[in-house]
Amino acid sequence: MTIILELRGITKAFPGVLANDHIDLQLEEGQILALLGENGAGKTTLMNILYGLYKPDEGEILIRGQKAEIHGPNDAIARGIGMVHQHFMLIPVMTVTENVMLGVEPTRNGIILDKSKAAARIREISEQYGLEVDPDTYIKDLPVGIQQRVEIIKVLYRNADILVLDEPTAVLTPQEVESLFKILKTLIARGKSIIFITHKLKEVMEIADRITVLRLGRTVGTVLPNEVNPEKLATMMVGHEVNLVVHKNPAQPKEVVLEVKDLYVRDERKNLTVNGISFEVRKGEVLGMAGVQGNGQTELVYALTGLLPFEKGEIRLFGKALHQPTPRQILEQGVAHIPEDRQKHGLIMNFPLYDNFVLCNYYLPPFAKGIELQQSVIIANGDNLIKQFDVRTPSSSVAASTLSGGNQQKVIVGREFSRPIQLLIASQPTRGLDVGSIEYIHNRIIDKRDAGTAVLVVSSELDEIMALSDRIAVMYRGQIMEIVEADKASKEYVGLLMAGIHPTEAQKAAAEAEKATEVERVF
Amino acid sequence: MEDKVNKTDQTDGKRASTLVNNVLLPALAVFTGLLAGAVIIAITNVATLTAWSHFFQSPLNALSATWSAVATAYGALFLGAIGNPKEIVAAFQNYFATGQTGQLYKAIYPFTESLVTSTPYIFAGLSVALGFRCGLFNIGAEGQFYVGALGSCFIGYSITTLPWFIHLPLALLGGALAGAIWGAIPGYLKAKFGAHEVVNTIMMNYIAILLTDWLLEGPMKASGYRPVTPTIQTTAQLPRFFPAPLRFNWGFFLGLAVAALVYWFLFKTTLGFEIRAVGSNPNAAKYAGMSILKNFVLVMGLCGALAGLAGASEVLGADLWIGQGFSAGYGFDSIALALLGNSHPVGVVLAALLFGILRFGATSMQSLAGIPIDIISVIQSLIIIFVAAPEIIRWLYRLRNIRVERTVLTRGWGQ
Repeated sequence: MTIILELRGITKAFPGVLANDHIDLQLEEGQILALLGENGAGKTTLMNILYGLYKPDEGEILIRGQKAEIHGPNDAIARGIGMVHQHFMLIPVMTVTENVMLGVEPTRNGIILDKSKAAARIREISEQYGLEVDPDTYIKDLPVGIQQRVEIIKVLYRNADILVLDEPTAVLTPQEVESLFKILKTLIARGKSIIFITHKLKEVMEIADRITVLRLGRTVGTVLPNEVNPEKLATMMVGHEVNLVVHKNPAQPKEVVLEVKDLYVRDERKNLTVNGISFEVRKGEVLGMAGVQGNGQTELVYALTGLLPFEKGEIRLFGKALHQPTPRQILEQGVAHIPEDRQKHGLIMNFPLYDNFVLCNYYLPPFAKGIELQQSVIIANGDNLIKQFDVRTPSSSVAASTLSGGNQQKVIVGREFSRPIQLLIASQPTRGLDVGSIEYIHNRIIDKRDAGTAVLVVSSELDEIMALSDRIAVMYRGQIMEIVEADKASKEYVGLLMAGIHPTEAQKAAAEAEKATEVERVF
Repeated sequence: MEDKVNKTDQTDGKRASTLVNNVLLPALAVFTGLLAGAVIIAITNVATLTAWSHFFQSPLNALSATWSAVATAYGALFLGAIGNPKEIVAAFQNYFATGQTGQLYKAIYPFTESLVTSTPYIFAGLSVALGFRCGLFNIGAEGQFYVGALGSCFIGYSITTLPWFIHLPLALLGGALAGAIWGAIPGYLKAKFGAHEVVNTIMMNYIAILLTDWLLEGPMKASGYRPVTPTIQTTAQLPRFFPAPLRFNWGFFLGLAVAALVYWFLFKTTLGFEIRAVGSNPNAAKYAGMSILKNFVLVMGLCGALAGLAGASEVLGADLWIGQGFSAGYGFDSIALALLGNSHPVGVVLAALLFGILRFGATSMQSLAGIPIDIISVIQSLIIIFVAAPEIIRWLYRLRNIRVERTVLTRGWGQ
């Protein structure tokens, strides 16, 4: 096997952070190298160096044994390196062909666009690697999984041999992940080499030929998948033994806190996305709302927190019906909300952390006296919560935008948990986070449950639902398929419900039997 | 130990970048604007052009002609706006020696008059800056300026029996209230119907200016032929510090006080916290229970009140009556000024002083050096271009690129 790409001693410092500290890495031709590490471990910095977006302070890049100077994406592309970004760089109102040829447009006589030539090339690539993309459809009409394939085509169209995929599964459904993996295997079978950046242990075990683990900007080691197990990898990533299963005592549910009856909600485009839902959440229990993303969970949470009005039905909080309440009316009754999109709803990115910590109660004592903010109390509160919730930051006066995703989430959790709360609505509480942060946030949620808070967890991560829930409701196309006791439901059973399939009685019985013997593994 | 080092590194870096962004960049933008203005002065000057056409015969001549054109222009600008330093010193010496005020008043006239010109800029600049902080683009300062002036002018001349300590505050309040109503209308339209405030404030400007024209021809016309209002009562005047023709008055200090108040309001109160939150991330503000619509109306009303006070300060302090073309573009200039001041009250005050100096100095530049007054508008525009595109300044002066979050000014259409 030949080594197609090698990074030697790459070092990159930012003010106050050593993002990459003498990182070594080798990619063999025709293999998939997984780059595994927590958020903030330096994966993205390293890839940005490879792609020429950052200049390393030290170290060198070798391509096919030859030293390569990469000063920008154009250099990287010229040397056969292609990047598939986590956030797609596609123009929705253009077709696949137009998007792919953007920047390298083939022409006739130098001025007239030759779309058919590009389309033919795309068909050829699509066929060769089993991508199944129609060049003439518009991006906006394609599901996320196919959009990602367009990104891959873009890279192949530019003749890349080395593909870098940055967290490619973060936006995909389990089925889409499966077909992505199939594509990646075809790619390497045809001689391409792939760097696969992720923090998901299960995926690494499934797809990688070799695994390089980063921690705090350093290479921890490179291992083969058959030498390790997820627990070992997790330990390498976070540096201490990780508790992969959330230990929790059986729930002791008490009186009903939140009661939803026959609720209908329209989204911002006026589509009816919540279609008659009823459930209740009791004090001291976790109700997990499972479901593939886009089945109305977002709108349900928006309606429960006052961000969207509901069409009809009833929301009762502590037995009292709410009539199109405002977010503040709901917050003031002791409801905490961990929003699905932490940068959109959860934080004000250019505000310092201490201001973000009082975002919901800045107007109440002790943070305000009359209309005057009590700056010193707000700062002391920020410093205190940073310590209490283990937010890694030089001080509470830095802007929220300077923190990594995991630490931003801890700020939100810290803020919501520091208020006296009766009901916690947590939407995708650990999306995009690393193992250490997930473990931390899960334990905090269970602590809240044990302290008598009613908890509604909405998540598209089945593992998360299984780990946290006492009861599981599965949403599909705006309705609840079934609500099951967590200790009677296997992952497969819930998975069937998520796919919109009502299991037969036989499957039900089998699931219960299996659950009884199943050794629960979260990762 | 390592942590500690990192910490100081980061805060130092942050402080340095704040300094660069808030002080150095605007200062360099002003400097570059003046420099570019010098080039324009030189190439529009006939004598300079003639000298350059003979450049190969006498190159020194061309350079000296250029220098003298620019020096005369900026010299006149400086003398016109600040005064002659030597004369000022001599006047003070004379005043302390003899107690005579005549020479002193003459010497300080240019500088105090620049401050008089700055006064409405301070108020109107604060108005636009406050809007920016809430993500609103208040282009309506000009119209709010007019209705503010009209309101306080009417109270100023129509009421005749009040003592000054009631009449003056009442007139100021009338101006602020009129402006507030004028600003709150587009705010309400945005909140209620989603109508973009840029469009509606522009429309409100037309209405205000034409309303003024009509009032000056009709209901508010003083006796006589000219379309002007009557002069306000002395009880409604902002008291002046010196006898005429010096017009320097309380309005300037009122402006500074209001700037301090706006600073306190924005950064130290719960209402200011909400306004900044809505301006930075309306989604998160809504999530946190703040009412975006309430803030839009509130802020547009306050913007209007501030711009209305600008009009009030002009009519109660400097002009004492309203004629056609009363504003001379104060409201529009203040948009540029708020940008230059980075939407911060302190920055706004400094930018207002600069604009006051440029505006007033320009008149004497025209009379002494024959440079058209419009050159100042060109220089102001250039400064704003450099402020709006800081990358030009960074590139020109090879500044290290320290990225920081820029203050949110306003978001795109349809938000």
